[in-house]
Amino acid sequence: MGAQKKGEMGAQKKGDVGALKKGDVGAQKKGGARVSDESEEQSRQRLQAILLADSFTTKFRPVTLERPKVLLPLVNVPMIDYTLAWLESAGIEEVFVFCCAHSTQVIDYLKNSEWYSHPSLLVRTIESHKSISAGDALRFIYEQEAETSQIQGDFVLVSGDTVSNMPLADLIQEHRERKKKDEKAIMTMVIKQSKPSPLTHQSRLGTDQLFIAVDPLTKQLLYYEEDKIDHARGTICLDKSLLDSNPSVLLYNDMQDCYIDICSPEVLSLFEDNFDYQHLRRHFVKGVLVDDIMGYKIFTHEIHSSYAARIDNFRSYDTVSKDIIQRWTYPYVPDINFSGNRPLKLGRQGMYRASDAILSRSADVGSSTVIGYGTEIGSGDKILNSVIGNGCSIGSNVVIEGSYIWNNVTIEDGCEIRNAIVCDDVKIRAGAVLQPGVVLSFKVDVGRDFIVPAYSKVSLLQQPTKEDSDEELEYADSSSGTADHLSGLNLQMESKASELGPDGAGYIWEVCEGARDEEWKHSVAPIPEDKLAEITQAMDDDDIEDESVVPTSGELKSDADSINTDLNDPVDDYGYFEREVEGTFLRAVEEGFAVDLAILEINSLRLSYNMESADCAGATFYSMMKLAVDTPHNSAGELLRNAASIMTKYKGLLGFYVKQIDEQIEVIMKLEEMCQETARELGPLFSQILRVLYNIDVLEEDAILRWAEEKAGADEADKVYLQQCEPFIQWLKEAEEEDETEDEEEEEDG
Amino acid sequence: MPDVQSTVLEFVNKLRKRKIEGSQATARYTVELLRSVISQQRVPHANQASALIDAVKAVGEQLVAANPVELAVGNVVRRVLHIIREENLSLTTAAMAGLDLMDASDDDELDNSKGIGYPAMSAAVVAAARSTLRPPSLQTLLEGTPESATVPYTSSSGADSESKSKSADKSSITRKLKHDVIEEVNQLIQEIAGCHEQIAEQAIEHIHQNEVILTLGSSRTVLEFLCAAKEKKRSFRVFVAEGAPRYQGHLLAKELVARGLPTTVITDSAVFAMISRVNMVIIGAHAVMANGGVIGPVGVNMAALAAQKHAVPFVVLAGSHKLCPLYPHNPEVLLNELRSPSELLDFGEFSDCLDFGVGSGSPLLQVVNPTFDYYYLDYRGGHNPSYMYRLIADYYSADDLVM
Repeated sequence: MGAQKKGEMGAQKKGDVGALKKGDVGAQKKGGARVSDESEEQSRQRLQAILLADSFTTKFRPVTLERPKVLLPLVNVPMIDYTLAWLESAGIEEVFVFCCAHSTQVIDYLKNSEWYSHPSLLVRTIESHKSISAGDALRFIYEQEAETSQIQGDFVLVSGDTVSNMPLADLIQEHRERKKKDEKAIMTMVIKQSKPSPLTHQSRLGTDQLFIAVDPLTKQLLYYEEDKIDHARGTICLDKSLLDSNPSVLLYNDMQDCYIDICSPEVLSLFEDNFDYQHLRRHFVKGVLVDDIMGYKIFTHEIHSSYAARIDNFRSYDTVSKDIIQRWTYPYVPDINFSGNRPLKLGRQGMYRASDAILSRSADVGSSTVIGYGTEIGSGDKILNSVIGNGCSIGSNVVIEGSYIWNNVTIEDGCEIRNAIVCDDVKIRAGAVLQPGVVLSFKVDVGRDFIVPAYSKVSLLQQPTKEDSDEELEYADSSSGTADHLSGLNLQMESKASELGPDGAGYIWEVCEGARDEEWKHSVAPIPEDKLAEITQAMDDDDIEDESVVPTSGELKSDADSINTDLNDPVDDYGYFEREVEGTFLRAVEEGFAVDLAILEINSLRLSYNMESADCAGATFYSMMKLAVDTPHNSAGELLRNAASIMTKYKGLLGFYVKQIDEQIEVIMKLEEMCQETARELGPLFSQILRVLYNIDVLEEDAILRWAEEKAGADEADKVYLQQCEPFIQWLKEAEEEDETEDEEEEEDG
Repeated sequence: MPDVQSTVLEFVNKLRKRKIEGSQATARYTVELLRSVISQQRVPHANQASALIDAVKAVGEQLVAANPVELAVGNVVRRVLHIIREENLSLTTAAMAGLDLMDASDDDELDNSKGIGYPAMSAAVVAAARSTLRPPSLQTLLEGTPESATVPYTSSSGADSESKSKSADKSSITRKLKHDVIEEVNQLIQEIAGCHEQIAEQAIEHIHQNEVILTLGSSRTVLEFLCAAKEKKRSFRVFVAEGAPRYQGHLLAKELVARGLPTTVITDSAVFAMISRVNMVIIGAHAVMANGGVIGPVGVNMAALAAQKHAVPFVVLAGSHKLCPLYPHNPEVLLNELRSPSELLDFGEFSDCLDFGVGSGSPLLQVVNPTFDYYYLDYRGGHNPSYMYRLIADYYSADDLVM
């Protein structure tokens, strides 16, 4: 024995030594690492950003077939310039621009712009043609990273269509400090208050209403949902465990996700590990929130005075343009030269005009308009809330309202353009009308007096016949794109048989079936009156329905556990459980197996239905009474005898579940309920059954007395059984007093 | 040269992004940048002055375009150009004088025709150069240079004669011009850097015992001015209008209180109510225009009108770099800048009704018309608005007004 012990001790010691040594080595390594850490720390001060110059969606089609989204002009400046200018002035020193669709165009643009030679911002490009989602892009960057390791620390992840003027340095600092304290805090997400429209549940940016839950103290993001919200019922479902594990939760529905993230390097490796993560929010954020094993956390940061928004669809294009004109994005506004753009002059009422634009005297140019360089505006034109690019020529008596006309567009006399986007080099011939929501892609030619129907998208390229049913993917055109374009163009020129009038050129794209109803949601046009009326109507109906079913609409239902989603009505649940217990009990009676086995079975039922033991007591007692009632009998006396015998036989079973007073009360309640509803025959026998239960020690006198007390305050109708067993209760009370006096006497004796 | 280019770019960037605020800081950066431009500029043997002027102008144009609202940049560029012209002129006259002597001594060595023409011409050239390069200013009149009625030569004739004269000793002049210009620019830097102190020195002459002073917005010049009076044992009260929506008045008030001045913050709209109790309004200006108009923080016009109504003295404190030779009605001059409406509104609160035409802007500056009387104080003392054109004639040369 002793030797063995010694051996063990020795081994232990050896182990200790080994551990110590390891520890030492580790410490040394750490020390070594610390030195390099410090140097790293210095280089880590280099603030880096990854800019995804591809939206990986098709929402801007057909325009994005010919030009990448980030190069589309937003108030006459390419979107990517806003993003880069903001990153630069926020103190970012190095930007990795990830290009995918039309990568050559993006790279060429950056090369010719001042960004490549910028003194304080280093712009690098990463090119990939295989990536079809943000997830792929980050995986690609991660793989490259393994070779080059250029990204040394936390980085800002934005997309190339973000417009913002928020300061980043403090936010990055905050993220770093949080990371130091908590290894698992891998991401900080920027949010901004922005009320969604109460009618359409749609944000100003045309995206769905976003629901997020945040821990009010730590600002940790707990819940993120934008798709699966049932607006019709006005409810959302939260996992109960969310409320269990957090003492307080703040739930927002008026937040806008700015799609600006401060990420730690772990984010990249997470994408690498989970190869099915595609979408940054839908997959990654939700994935991290659900995953308890890794325990990674995402935090939020709310901005108040600064601006941030992402252009996701045509509606947000419209909204952000207006915000820029209204100067929310200061200093990134058209009259300031922030990125090599030529500044315009700001006049009264938010009218920006290039110095060499030629306006006819009779032209009526209203508020919130932008007129670019070399543009001519003819006599009698009416222009309101619109942006007109450089080198356009606009004939006389043209009406342009709420529209975005890009560069070198020719509009002949008498056209009417409302809430449309008109790309470069488009020709609109005399008398043509563009109805709200129209998008004309590059070089389209609209024929004389032609009326382009609302929400139509027109391009020189034919609509790709193969619809990607899956996620919005846009990439295939990138490499072979130019060749296709040319051939497409040629075809068009030859055939000329156009859908846009005899002298026009271009195809009107079909709207795919499912999206037709949704079209107005993402369009540049404001939501049409009839749609609004429809929604209001629907809302009113909902309210009426809601009032009848649920007391308040928009009520937050903290639901039962998510496991039995199909049975999540608690009342129904109990019904099922009761029936199962009854079946089990009957089998026990028929097959005559032991009480222990019955208990085992009922216990397993209890676990699977997530019931309390009081519920078991109730259900078991119910089964017994049911059996007694179902057994053939002639008189009440016989029924009572049956019941008594069953109860006596299975008192072990019942007794197992009625150890607590509460459970015993549950049994009495159950009996009462049965007497009133399911088995009225038992009514007259109520007090006798109670007495039997008392006699076989299933019920204690305390339980009966408490039940009597509770009942004392009830309605007269409910008191029937209480009155029936009045004598029994009286007797019980007396017995108790006697007991007490006896006790006292005994004590006195003692 | 490349490093100058990069610093210019960096500065242009800062100006563009509106990262430098305040006229004094901008003016200092600008003049320091121009000094390095001048010192790095390689000067050709001929026409060194015009080479320098071109270089400074090229940089100046970039800077002005980067932030046209900040007039101090243009002012300082013009001042530097003026310095170069002045130094060139004085060197030329000196050279002329030297040449005259040389002509007299070595007459026969020269070409005949030249020899005859030169002595007669040189005096005329000097006078002409003086009259063209330096417009008749108070200073020149008092100096009493005898002006001869000569044919108006253009300034290029001065350069011509200079190119001839440089054959005498070119290298020394080249070095001297640059040296002198940098010397002068250094003085300008000192002037700009010390403008607060210089103006503050005059405080005691203007602020008297038990007076009540009203000021608006935040200006370092005003702060130093008031504190200088306080240090000299003057006791007085200060009202500070808060200057919504940027509330810089609050900052000023805090500073004043920290230095022990009894201070009261009032809302902008209360200015008129308080003005009858005020003995003097003192404000800092963003710029003083050629016609005597003042550009100041938003709300300054209201204060000016109130002061006029109650005949309260109105004093504008501004360093000489804020004196702008342009007129406020010039369409090339951007007088104002609208900032983000987020200074006024909370974006979130209004986000659901923005599309329906809630518009707002937050202007930074305001122009006060020169029709009312005020007293402009710079480091040389006080001036009336009607005197502004004289000051401008002293500080700037007419060739540079349009860049």
